[in-house]
This record gives sequence, structure tokens and C-alpha cells, in this order.
Amino acid sequence: MTAPATAPVLEVEGVTLRFKGVTAINGATFTVGERELFAIIGPNGAGKTSVFNVLSGVYRPQEGSVRFRGEDILGQRPNKIAAKGMARTFQNIELFENLTVVDNLMLGRAHQVKYGMLAAMGWVGPARRSELADRAAVEEIVDFLELESYRRFPVGLLPYGVQKRVELGRALAMEPQLLLLDEPVAGMNLEETEDMARFIIDIRDELGLSILMVEHDMGLVMDLADRIMVVDFGVPITTGTPAQVQRDPNVIKAYLGEDHDTGGRRKKQTADEGTTS
Amino acid sequence: MTAVENQPSTGGGEPAPAKGRRPLGRPMLYTAYGQDMALLNTGAKKVAVAVLLVVGLLLPFVLEDDLLRLLATGAVLAIGAIGLNLVTGYAGQVSLGHAFFLGIGAYTAAVVSGDPEDDQLYGLGITFLPVWLIAGGLAAAAVGFVVAPLASRLRGLYLAIVTLGLVFLGTHVWNEWDAVTGGIGVGRPAADPVLFGVDLSRRTEVFSADQQLYLLMTALLVVFALLGRNIARSAIGRSFAAVRDRDIAAEVTGVDVRKVKRRAFVISGFYAGCAGALLYSITGYLDPSSFGLLVSVQFVAMVLIGGVSTISGSIMGAFFIALLPRLTRELPEYLPFLSSSATETPNVFQVETLLYGLLIVAFLLLEPRGLFGLWVRIRNYWKAWPFSY
Repeated sequence: MTAPATAPVLEVEGVTLRFKGVTAINGATFTVGERELFAIIGPNGAGKTSVFNVLSGVYRPQEGSVRFRGEDILGQRPNKIAAKGMARTFQNIELFENLTVVDNLMLGRAHQVKYGMLAAMGWVGPARRSELADRAAVEEIVDFLELESYRRFPVGLLPYGVQKRVELGRALAMEPQLLLLDEPVAGMNLEETEDMARFIIDIRDELGLSILMVEHDMGLVMDLADRIMVVDFGVPITTGTPAQVQRDPNVIKAYLGEDHDTGGRRKKQTADEGTTS
Repeated sequence: MTAVENQPSTGGGEPAPAKGRRPLGRPMLYTAYGQDMALLNTGAKKVAVAVLLVVGLLLPFVLEDDLLRLLATGAVLAIGAIGLNLVTGYAGQVSLGHAFFLGIGAYTAAVVSGDPEDDQLYGLGITFLPVWLIAGGLAAAAVGFVVAPLASRLRGLYLAIVTLGLVFLGTHVWNEWDAVTGGIGVGRPAADPVLFGVDLSRRTEVFSADQQLYLLMTALLVVFALLGRNIARSAIGRSFAAVRDRDIAAEVTGVDVRKVKRRAFVISGFYAGCAGALLYSITGYLDPSSFGLLVSVQFVAMVLIGGVSTISGSIMGAFFIALLPRLTRELPEYLPFLSSSATETPNVFQVETLLYGLLIVAFLLLEPRGLFGLWVRIRNYWKAWPFSY
């Protein structure tokens, strides 16, 4: 396990989340370092998205602590956490579908809007300046994510792959320090996946963000991630570099099941082959 | 759709200059964000608004007084409809309690403007219009502030039912609180529209009362519509829409959902209060039974028929509903089995009530974007004319 060189951006310790009898997360512990791309993988229902919901304040875990830039953020409201610099995308696109692409991105900057209702009514002074500055900032993201031709479309009318990109854009518009990506390439074709991979690399290398990613596309995860945590039924199995994780026998067991004596009918597979679906 | 031209990047995310020279004949070419985000961002919109304003100014010299009075009522209803559209259309918080807010505005204004000598009714004797107008608006906004936490707990149908309860609560209070409302069947004089010493509800040497009221209400509508439009296009309007479309995503994006709902109810209350204050200063008389469920339903009809989450749609819907009774009154001439008397059935008043429901259903099924949607269709047709695709 390679520890990040600088102080971690995010420290999660012993987080346990239960819904009645079901334990969705059982003692998740990990850190995300500066400019690190940390991936969480695991079979369906392993609790990956629940981790995201805990981090962004949607769920409140029963045990554990979450420290963001050294500050305990557990129990704070989602909008407060967002304002501290944590942005996320959703597995199933959660865009404001009646609004245009530009308006969706502008909403990413909602937490830094300072002007009130009266200024908005008059559209003068601070309101006008703030809107123009936000628009200029949003256009940088439109440019970065190559959304120029979709600016004025209501996002509900856009193709799936573009919607995913708009959602990434909305998260970037928040100017976060940590970006949570929940299955950024789910349901995408090969070209869209490659585009998204390129954007993710650019975000880490050019914008210098720390990224926490949940993804089922093993090829993408192995290529992009600096470190990977594997979870199964809410329990973290192992954490390490892509190469370490691929060799871990526990990981292979979690994904492919145990090798019972089945009379040699089942062939041994590597985790890599077996889970790219 | 034409892509917006980028301001040549000066780096560092500096806001582009708000104004800039725009080449003629290229309506969709913008050279600054300020142009693109302007209220009237195309030449056609500027011309259309100018024409509308001129027509609006000329109407009082062309139309009969009773029609002007109807249009003045329509303008006031439009202010109320914008208020309902802000909370229900933009912010997605279904409110059936609009009549209650209207009542608060109307009675606050009536009390502020009322005769202080009267020992039956409360009155402060401040007849200056802006004072009682804003007092009525603020009183209703304050109630909106108190009611808003309900919306943080409830949503959709449940919120609709609870806000419906407000109407019945209000009706009871209006019926019983004689010192403010005058009581059932008695009523009280509404607020006097006095502006700089001139009582606009009485004819002067130049204008008739209805001409004055029409001009006053239209001017106020223009102001309120402009303010509403500014709210809608600002970060506040966007956060309303975000809460309506996806409240959890909105919160994770940094929108304070409770604050947004509170703001929506406050601003909607303010608009409703102002509309209530103005509405009865046209007739000059205020009856406690004027704020029942039907009024709320009428406002919902205005929003749905006009166009959900559009300011111009609210205005169209309000004028449509305001002029509808006038049209149904004409019906007995063509349909002899209809009576124009309220005591016989079937009569035109029943037809009118029926029409609200029918029109809501018809619009929801056929054109959910309402009259505004019809307008968009017409506009798009002419945009491409003579090509049909």
C-alpha cells in the first residue's frame, strides 16, 4: 500500500452504516491524498454508493468519522459539505432536466452566490456582477468539457453520454477540492468511455483535484486509479495499487465466488477478465 | 440553435464586459455574456415588448370603461398568478392556499387605508397607495415565511392538502373577525387607491375612474412582472427550479433547500398580498366570502392554462381567466337552454366553473406548456416559415 505523500484530503475511519438489519457499510477506512485518484470497486450491492451518500451528507452513519481537510464533516447538511469543496456526480443522472446546460452548470456555483432576493429582483450591482462572473466561470467548464454545441438545450433532451458530461461539469463548476464520481462511464459506449477517461485524467492532472471514483468498468479503473479499495457486502476487503488488488486472492473470491469442488467444471479466471462486463 | 460566440478569453475567468457592439442582422451573435443574459436578448423581443407597451397605453382611449375595468382586474390577477407561479411553477411547491394570502393582503391594505374615525372597523387612515400596497404584500410575505417550514416536511399532494387547509382557516377568520372584515354579508370598504392626493377610483377632469385604474394596474403589472422575471433568471430562480426538479441533487450541489422553499413562499406571499390589496380597490368593496377555495382554483387554472414556470404565461393565463366570464355571459344568446340568472339551472355561472376544470384538463392533456406553449409553437412556425420543418 503506497501512502500519499502529503496530508490526506479525505480521511474515512471505521464508518458503519446500518438500515434496520442490513449493514450497508461495515467499518470502511481509507484516505484520499492530494491529487490522488482513489477508486472503490466491488460487486453490486457492496455499499459503494452508500459510501458516497455518507460522504456527501445524504446518509448519516451510526459509527465512524469522516474528516475532510482535517475537519469532521459528519452530521453536516449536504449543502454545507458541498460548500466546503466536495462535489459529486450520481450513478443515475440527477440533473435539473428542465433547465439548460448553462443553467445546470450555473447551479453548481449556487453555494457561492452572495446576493439576496432584493438584488436579484433589481438585477443591479452585485447580482448582475455575480451572474456575469459565474457565467464566465461556467463557460470555462463548457470549454473544458466540450459542451459548446449543447449550451442552450434543456438537459432532458440531450443524449445520455452528454448528460453524464453535464453532470461532471456541474460538479466541476462547484470548484471542489475533492470530486466524487459515481460510475462516470456506466452505460456508455466505447467512445464515450474513452472521452470520459480523458476528462477524468485532465481533471486530476490539469485541474489538480483529488478524485474518489466508484466504477464497474475494470479496464478503466485499473488504467486510471492510483489506489483501489475493494468492498464486498459493506466490508472492505483490501486496499492497494491496481496491480496489488488484481493479485489479491480475497478479491478474486469476492468477485467470482469460492472455488468449491465442482469437479473441475469451473475454470480459474483472473479478476480482471471475469469482471469486465 | 446557434452557438453563442465566446468572448476572446482574457484568462483568469474575468467577467466579460456587459455591453458590447452587436453586428446588425445577426440576432443570435453575442459578443459579451451580458448581451446573452439580457432580459430582451433579441431584437424581436425588444420590438414585441415595445409594441405591447404602446398598445397597452393606447387601449384606454379606445375601449369602453367596463372592458377597461375587466383588463385592470386581469392585470391584478396576473400579479397574483406570477406569485403562484413562482412558488408552484418555479419552485414546485404546490400551493392551494393562494386565496388565503390574497385575503391577508387585501385586509391588511384595507386596515392601513381604512377610516380611523370609524368605530366599527379598524383603520389607520394611510391612503397613500405604495404604503398600503407594500404593507399588504409584507403581511402576506410574513405569513408565507411562517407557512414555509411545512414545505420542508411535506411535498406534492400532502403539501397541497395542508395549504388547502389554510384557505378554510382563513375563511373562518374573515367571517368571524368583524372589526377587520366587517363580518358576513356586511363587508368593508377596500383600500383607496390614492396617489399623490388623487383618488384614482374617482373620475378626474382628464380620465374616467376605469381609465385611471387600468393605467395604474397595468403599470404595476409591468413592474411586478419585471421583478418576477429578474428573480426567475437569477441564481434564486435557478435554485427554485433545482429544488423542483431534483431536491436531493440540489442539496448536494450546494443549494440550501429549506432556505429556497422559504424564499419561494415569502416571495409568492408578497405577490399574492399585493394582488389582494389591489384587486378590491378596483371595486372598492371587500366581502369576507371573497377568499374561498374557488379563488385558489382560479389561480391554479391561470398558472396551468397560462404556462407553468413562465412569467409571460402567468400573465396570459390571468387575462384569459379574467375575460372568460365576459365570454360565457354571451353564451345564452347562442345556447338558449342556458340561463343568465343564477337561480335557474343550467346557468352561465355553472358553465364558467365547469370551464375552469375542463380547460385545466384540456391544457394538461394537449399542451402542458399552456398558452405560453401555444405561443412557442406559433413562434417556431414563423421562425422556419416558409419551410415547415
